[in-house]
Amino acid sequence: MTNQRLKHRSFVFQCTHSLNEFCSLANSLIINYKCGGDEKRVDSRTIYVGHRPCPDTEAFIPSKFCDNRIVSSKYTVWNFLPKNLFEQFRRIANFYFLIIFLVQVIVDTPTSPVTSGLPLFFVITVTAIKQGYEDWLRHKADKEVNKYPVTVLEDGRSVKKESEKIKVGDVVEVVEDETFPCDLILLQSSREDGTCFVTTASLDGESNHKTHYTVPDTEKDLQALTATIECEQPQPDLYKFVGRMHIYKQEQEPAVRSLGPENLLLKGATLKNTKKIYGVAVYTGMETKMALNYQGKSQKRSAVEKSINAFLLVYLCILISKAVVCTTLKYVWQSKEGQDEPWYNQKTQKEKDSNMYLKMFTDFLSFMVLFNFIIPVSMYVTVEMQKFLGSFFITWDKDFFDPEIQEGALVNTSDLNEELGQVEYVFTDKTGTLTQNNMEFIECCIDGFQYRYRDTQSELDGFTVTDGPVNKLQQKEKEELFLRALCLCHTVQVKEAGSEVLADQVDGIDGLLLQPEEERGFIASSPDEIALVKGAMKYGFTFLGLESKRETLLFCKGADSSIFPRVRPEEVDRIRMHVERNATEGYRTLCVAYKQLSAEEYAMADTGLREARLALQDREEKLMAMYNQVEMGMSLIGATAVEDRLQEEAAETMEALQGAGMKVWVLTGDKMETAKSTCYACRLFQRGTELLELTVRTLEDERLKSWSTANQDYGFIIDGATLSLVMNPPRDADASQYKSLFLQICQNCTAVLCCRMAPLQKAQIVKMVKNSKGSPITLSIGDGANDVSMILEAHVGIGIKGKEGRQAVRNSDYAVPKLKHLKKLLLAHGHLYYVRIAHLVQYFFYKNLCFILPQFLYQFFCGYSQQPLYDAAYLTMYNICFTSMPILAYSLLEQHTSIEILLDNAALYRYQSALEIANNAMLRWHPFLYWTVLGIFQGLMFFFGVRFLFSNPALQDNGQVFGNWSYGTIVFTVLVFTVTLKLALDTRHWTWINHFVIWGSLAFYVFFSFFWGGIIWPFLKQQRLYFVFANMLSSVSAWLVIIILILLSLLPEILLVVLRKPRGPHSRQVYFSLPFPLLSLNSSFLPYPSYFLIFSLIYILFCSSFILHHVLTRCDVTQSQPITRYLKLYSYVKQWLVSLLVAGLH
Amino acid sequence: MMASSYNAKDEDAVGSGGPGAVKSKKPDNTAFKQQRLPAWQPILTAGTVLPAFFMIGLIFIPIGIGLLVTSNNIKEFEIDYTGVDMFSPCFNCSQNYSWNSTSACTCSVPFTLDQPFESNVFMYYGLSNFYQNHRRYVKSRDDSQLNGDKSSLLNPSKECEPYRTSDKKSIAPCGAIANSLFNDTLELFYIHPNGSRITIHLVKTGIAWWTDKHVKFRNPGGNNNLSIVFQETSKPVNWHKAVYELDPSDPENNGFINEDFIVWMRTAALPTFRKLYRIIQKKKDNMTPTLPPGNYSLEVTYNYPVRSFDGRKRMILSTISWMGGKNPFLGIAYITVGSVCFFLGVVLLIIHHKYGNRNNNADIPN
Repeated sequence: MTNQRLKHRSFVFQCTHSLNEFCSLANSLIINYKCGGDEKRVDSRTIYVGHRPCPDTEAFIPSKFCDNRIVSSKYTVWNFLPKNLFEQFRRIANFYFLIIFLVQVIVDTPTSPVTSGLPLFFVITVTAIKQGYEDWLRHKADKEVNKYPVTVLEDGRSVKKESEKIKVGDVVEVVEDETFPCDLILLQSSREDGTCFVTTASLDGESNHKTHYTVPDTEKDLQALTATIECEQPQPDLYKFVGRMHIYKQEQEPAVRSLGPENLLLKGATLKNTKKIYGVAVYTGMETKMALNYQGKSQKRSAVEKSINAFLLVYLCILISKAVVCTTLKYVWQSKEGQDEPWYNQKTQKEKDSNMYLKMFTDFLSFMVLFNFIIPVSMYVTVEMQKFLGSFFITWDKDFFDPEIQEGALVNTSDLNEELGQVEYVFTDKTGTLTQNNMEFIECCIDGFQYRYRDTQSELDGFTVTDGPVNKLQQKEKEELFLRALCLCHTVQVKEAGSEVLADQVDGIDGLLLQPEEERGFIASSPDEIALVKGAMKYGFTFLGLESKRETLLFCKGADSSIFPRVRPEEVDRIRMHVERNATEGYRTLCVAYKQLSAEEYAMADTGLREARLALQDREEKLMAMYNQVEMGMSLIGATAVEDRLQEEAAETMEALQGAGMKVWVLTGDKMETAKSTCYACRLFQRGTELLELTVRTLEDERLKSWSTANQDYGFIIDGATLSLVMNPPRDADASQYKSLFLQICQNCTAVLCCRMAPLQKAQIVKMVKNSKGSPITLSIGDGANDVSMILEAHVGIGIKGKEGRQAVRNSDYAVPKLKHLKKLLLAHGHLYYVRIAHLVQYFFYKNLCFILPQFLYQFFCGYSQQPLYDAAYLTMYNICFTSMPILAYSLLEQHTSIEILLDNAALYRYQSALEIANNAMLRWHPFLYWTVLGIFQGLMFFFGVRFLFSNPALQDNGQVFGNWSYGTIVFTVLVFTVTLKLALDTRHWTWINHFVIWGSLAFYVFFSFFWGGIIWPFLKQQRLYFVFANMLSSVSAWLVIIILILLSLLPEILLVVLRKPRGPHSRQVYFSLPFPLLSLNSSFLPYPSYFLIFSLIYILFCSSFILHHVLTRCDVTQSQPITRYLKLYSYVKQWLVSLLVAGLH
Repeated sequence: MMASSYNAKDEDAVGSGGPGAVKSKKPDNTAFKQQRLPAWQPILTAGTVLPAFFMIGLIFIPIGIGLLVTSNNIKEFEIDYTGVDMFSPCFNCSQNYSWNSTSACTCSVPFTLDQPFESNVFMYYGLSNFYQNHRRYVKSRDDSQLNGDKSSLLNPSKECEPYRTSDKKSIAPCGAIANSLFNDTLELFYIHPNGSRITIHLVKTGIAWWTDKHVKFRNPGGNNNLSIVFQETSKPVNWHKAVYELDPSDPENNGFINEDFIVWMRTAALPTFRKLYRIIQKKKDNMTPTLPPGNYSLEVTYNYPVRSFDGRKRMILSTISWMGGKNPFLGIAYITVGSVCFFLGVVLLIIHHKYGNRNNNADIPN
């Protein structure tokens, strides 16, 4: 449904302007006002039309208002560099790398500043260029708008000016198809009747033409017009404006005219069907309603990013504690005589002179730099790349292509790909999203008899009475009344070649004319009304030559809930039956009622309304009261039923979403019965679902409480009025109590339907759920401008490229042509992206942990001297070249389960056999701990495996020995192979790209190592790796140790893969799960205990083999020191593992 | 973005199908773009992993046994000649040591080999608690100087500080590593049962990596006339003789390409290390072992002080196999891993047979 409120309002204004008949759809306006939450503005601004002083006021004080310049850009040429750099370094990651870089520059560190400076420089530059380009585009757009030529009336002459020069009070001329340069009060129109038509599609997405009116009684000669406008201060509500115009004529009392939104032309709207208009500027520049409505699209951050930051913090702690441990141990070690500065390794004079505490500090920083690779820049780059490249698969997906509009999916934010796989709440609009927004008049009911259109025009000009007897005579009259109501009571305009607009000219009871031209197109604020008029046309009803009875009839059309209280109760029952039946069939129903007004009554109502409209304050409330007063005691004529067909596969999609464990909430402006029937049709409510309806009448504590214990099979319905009561309860009530109760109920229901919602309320609901306990991931999907607020509010906003303009699409994160595409977007794309990126993040932390851990351990053997274990080339290339491509390919191509299976089994969205996915499960602490333990295990394995091999460094068959760089190279080789093969083990979907990249990067590593070690590099100070790799490969022992360490490091992983439950139901072959009852009880068991069990088993076995080795061989004095250290470490780790194990078992 | 909303009018032709040419944006139907690339989907199952476990077990255990046997067959003899002990022969030398002493202190350490050492025997010296892998030490060298670069010869890298210059002359070879070159001389004598001392011929080439000797280390301006080339330089502070006097007898083993020097320059990975010192080639006749069992004497010219940092010096005699020196670690590791795999295979097989079938049709996600 488009903005219901707006529709009603504009409708009301048109009717009141014509003043002959009141047609009110004001069914629930009051309620909508309540929730608006608008504060009354006391101060107002006074505007002098054309800057002419008024005789009345004491002094002409031209007050200062802002100019008409729009600024949406962030930077200027001058502040770009500092401001952009400042903003970039506000991200912790960038700041961290900057610090590391600076430390490397200042302090004598083991690695060169280039290793961290170059990547950082690259990342910063690319980001700056991208942001600069975007801001340049904004500058360009701003300039285009600000320099747009406009015509301003100055002293009787038309002056061409740039748009930004317009001042408040200027009289501006706008011609057809131009947009208004600022907010204007319409003074004069080229049309005879003082109206003009505008479309506000770019503001709120409604593409219909709206009628605006000149201020009554303004003179034709604008030059002679002396007037002031008193209006409220600018406020963002597009549909509200209160003002008053004082018109001064020579020697007359100033006439006062009320100004409402119908007089205000908004900046951004376009003039249509009107040659030209003159208007006076009231709000300019950043104070226009459009500018005030500009919501900077706030940066949405995905849950994954939050997890990354949390992990980052952990790793930062690890890093700092490593540095602290090393620094402390260094000084403990040095305190021993002769250790710090033996005769063979003297310090330089500078080092000797430096302050000890300063030395300690720089040592600490050096350790930080040495271990800083544990948090790599490349992870950020890879994550960004994965997201950016990954989003192409969404745009490329041909299943999202809609042949009707010749468009596919659109990705506005690639940051949220993985969030699509985490959705817990889906908030969907109804009209245009669940339904097609394609109205068709189905049937009507007049005076209790049903009429349904049939092709054979047998009776009553196309009407067919389908039930009940027909009392021809009386019925005829009623029918006429009914159809007259249908024809009159609407905002439909006829679009013709000429600009003459017919249907809305409701001038008296007689003389109405509706020409049944088949080619006519209709434009209306609500598709319902088009359907009704078309329906009336189908019946061939033309009101030709109707006799005037010289009496005034008040027609009223609206939802049953608002009409029924206004009519005599005895008439209701007959119609209600039909209305309810129609509503349950999913049709949109409207009731039609009328009332005969005597001349006095009319006059009274007229004056009453005029008065109300002049009020500056509480105008709408007063109007409402007046309407309510007039619209009493009406008689019901009949009801209509309009069908809004469901979108293709709407039901299947909803079923799939619910099957995936998502809670679907329908938020609609439509009325309850219709929305309910749509929900039934979409199978959101099943036949067995017990519906809990909550309206104002039933809002009582006791009932709420009894419901909150409800089971899963409940559906919950609430309407806007009740909701505003819940959200903003009367002062005495306990606000938070209501809210939490409401949330509890909603979270226990499978489907929730919120009807009669204002756009703001939609966002309120989303916000409430978003901020509830556990902060679930929410998704909003909608197609209209009224959904924008909730699209922006939700974690993920999806726009449907529907009929109601492009506003939703532009504000969304993703846009798809149809609702049915949501299923694949979430169940397949979202799910896969989540698994991919979760794995990517965990893998990155893991691979850097086992990369740096040996380097840390090496400090224990090199006198805590910050000696790097690996060569600088390896340190730099590890994350950039050797291990980056396989994980990138994995994170783009992995399909642990095929897309078809994901689509067929919605439940996989939450659980993938034992692998839990929902609630960001793959990035919670448990898996993180698992990966960390794995990283530590492998790091220990690499280091100590090689360390024991090096207890005799004579590893070549010619008796020659290996040095420290060979040591590092062996560890590094094992590392690169293990880490890559670990990824290979995790890869379930081996395309040729995966093969190429995995085996390719291993081959590249070998090739690079040969190359790097094969040449005396002239630019290097030290030829550390000269032929180290080749010599390593010539040693059989090195080969053997590499093989066994790789195997041993992967063994736990292989075991786990086997012990893990089958992945997906398609592969039910010879799997088995662990026999422990604890583990195989149900599908929600934690697999972690088994992880730790196996881990500790392997670990203990491995360690015992080391111990065995040392018991078997002589344990001489010199070797005992590392051994005791090692044993200490081992016992510590074992203790830790056991405690983990215990924790895991609990 | 606010700015973008200004352009909205272009897009607003709702339903009217604007005048713009309808460009089909239909995505390409390629396997890559549709994520339908043909893929191999390996699934590790009990069926594939169990045999793998048995295979690993069956392969690794024999390899491990082979390695262990090989390692055990390697003869290794190690003797500590630091002279910490009052009664050890080198005690005196270790006590009254000074760099400036001109007269060399020598000591002779007797030892007995119980078993014959066949084939080539490799003689190592071992140092303990000597941090050759200390960062300050590791970087204290100038590889371009060692590579024969003449400008570096006279102007060594700053990394060599404080061993860069002495007496206003640049040090060649500069740096802490070169400065602390191991300079004990070890000689080996076989004490024949009849009392005669037979000198065992020690080969001093072939102990450094071939690439180091031939490419990485080069004398500036060829191997001849080294004394002239090094004229402008000063010898390292702790050295008794200049670099061109390391082995005057053999120009191919003198200067920077002296193998003892090259071996020392390859910094060790751990503070306890050994370095190849000499090779004892096997006898030509192949009948008698290289080192027959019996009494030997190690003659040490004691130059290298280690007591100040609580270090130890060892002499190691070892034979070598295809896997290098004696190290049972690999054999034990292979046997352990092989048995663990085998054991796990058995356990998994039992589990598989007992529980596997029952659990087959369980847990389908609901």
